[in-house]
Amino acid sequence: MNHIYNPGSPFQTNALENINLEIETGEFIGLIGHTGSGKSTLVQHLNGLLKPTSGRIWVAGEEITSPGTKMKQIRKKVGLVFQYPEHQLFEETVYKDISFGPMNLGLTDTEVAYRVKEAMELVKLSYDDLKDRSPFDLSGGQRRRVAIAGVLAMKPEILILDEPTASLDPRGRDEILEQIKIFHQEFGLTIILVSHSMEDIGRLVNRIIVMDGGKIALTGKPGEVFARSSELEKMGLGVPQITTLMKKLNEKGYQLPEDLFTVQDARKAIMSWLRGNNHA
Amino acid sequence: MDNQHMINVEGLTFVYKGHDSDLLALDHIELTIKEGEHVVIIGHNGSGKSTLAKQLNALLLPTEGKVLIKGMDTKIEDNTWKIRQTAGMVFQNPDNQIVATIVEEDVAFGPENLGIEPLEIRKRVDESLLAVDMAEFAQKAPHLLSGGQKQRIAIAGVIAMKPDCIIFDEPTAMLDPSGRREVIKTMQKLNHEEGITIVHITHFMEEAVEAGRVVVMEDAKKVMEGTPREIFSRVSELKQLGLDVPQMTELAQELRNEGIDIPQDLLTVEEMVNNLCRLKSNN
Repeated sequence: MNHIYNPGSPFQTNALENINLEIETGEFIGLIGHTGSGKSTLVQHLNGLLKPTSGRIWVAGEEITSPGTKMKQIRKKVGLVFQYPEHQLFEETVYKDISFGPMNLGLTDTEVAYRVKEAMELVKLSYDDLKDRSPFDLSGGQRRRVAIAGVLAMKPEILILDEPTASLDPRGRDEILEQIKIFHQEFGLTIILVSHSMEDIGRLVNRIIVMDGGKIALTGKPGEVFARSSELEKMGLGVPQITTLMKKLNEKGYQLPEDLFTVQDARKAIMSWLRGNNHA
Repeated sequence: MDNQHMINVEGLTFVYKGHDSDLLALDHIELTIKEGEHVVIIGHNGSGKSTLAKQLNALLLPTEGKVLIKGMDTKIEDNTWKIRQTAGMVFQNPDNQIVATIVEEDVAFGPENLGIEPLEIRKRVDESLLAVDMAEFAQKAPHLLSGGQKQRIAIAGVIAMKPDCIIFDEPTAMLDPSGRREVIKTMQKLNHEEGITIVHITHFMEEAVEAGRVVVMEDAKKVMEGTPREIFSRVSELKQLGLDVPQMTELAQELRNEGIDIPQDLLTVEEMVNNLCRLKSNN
């Protein structure tokens, strides 16, 4: 798949170049890359907001790039949470805002009410306390969760989140990530998480896709990808500090695993390394 | 008044007046910042950090207590302009701070409003853009720049007003990792080379590691204050507050729990490497 912005004009840019990608049902994908690497352009293709200049895309077995595809059906299946989704809230009450999508699906009022309640529970917002409040009176973290609930109320099978934790404080960030983990584990959603935080991506996802200059540069399990830290650094990306630590110890002539990225794994590896010598 | 002090906050209390209820945003804050210091303020959303920042250049005024900027009381209206010139502010969203369509015009906006001579403005704009490493972008349109570049333009706009102090309110929150590095590097350069006092509000703990002093806010109060080493070695307290701890400090604590002799106030990867190599060779 290729996507060229402003083709034929002096501003022509190859935003996506020769992308070949397969994502399994139920996978949890972390999509990383420098700003301008094509991450956001890629995810906007997956629910048909952008059309490829060339190439084809299938979602749940259906080719969404073929003429005559019912995009409404695709957007129901693929929920896309944009960056700063709270900027898109517009209704007078939280209830009205979350129900906007399901109402447009032509569902009955009872079904809509049920979905709003369920979506609010999923993002840990109290239905009774907040449904009649104006979304603009809520805190930033709460507003973001209202926006995510609006997408969940569409009952998507695939949920794409573009930097859902940007500008949140550590507590707000952990709450949102914990909820995304539940969407994946308990509700079986296929998740694509776009993020700059290697630490967050590392502890959540099954597979990382690294974008660079409109191409897929690397893909693999978090440990496999982080172990290629010099390549990541060349792309302007960092690696978790733990991974850097392991690499630096190895540069001193030791042999530690470089595919680690959590404090707990590092503790274990370092303990057995330090003790290893005692028994030697 | 001791003129070594850039900022004096004395018994500062601030209440946001709402329709039906009032919100206590700052509760008896005491804080002194000396000229040339680099102070980081951390705490989560709603802890009062941004309210405190707005008090430091008279965008908000104390309900009780007082704020002195280089000895000037923010409550005295005649001081307001002088205070804003002394203590400039850089906010979170670069797009909200850029007013002109050409980079150098944007940087000139502040000094123009101060009524400075055109020749002097030209000089200041060039110097400011050099200070943030953006001189080559002087003629560019801001919307074509990256987030980190735009934020550096916003910083240049503040420097062009020749402030003694700059207050950064989460300047990196909306940037990607390379944008964040650019802004932090600029901040350090201004502090080290130009001697500008820096007050930096952030959620990113690794940014706080570089500061001279860290202040932790929670629930409208100042709850901790000290060097980064002192603050980050208090791992369990920080975690209780819902704040992050640098990964190396956390790992050091985990290793100490296993009986390994490693300092608990360790902050960086280098320090960890050195300590571990020492332990390994002593084995």
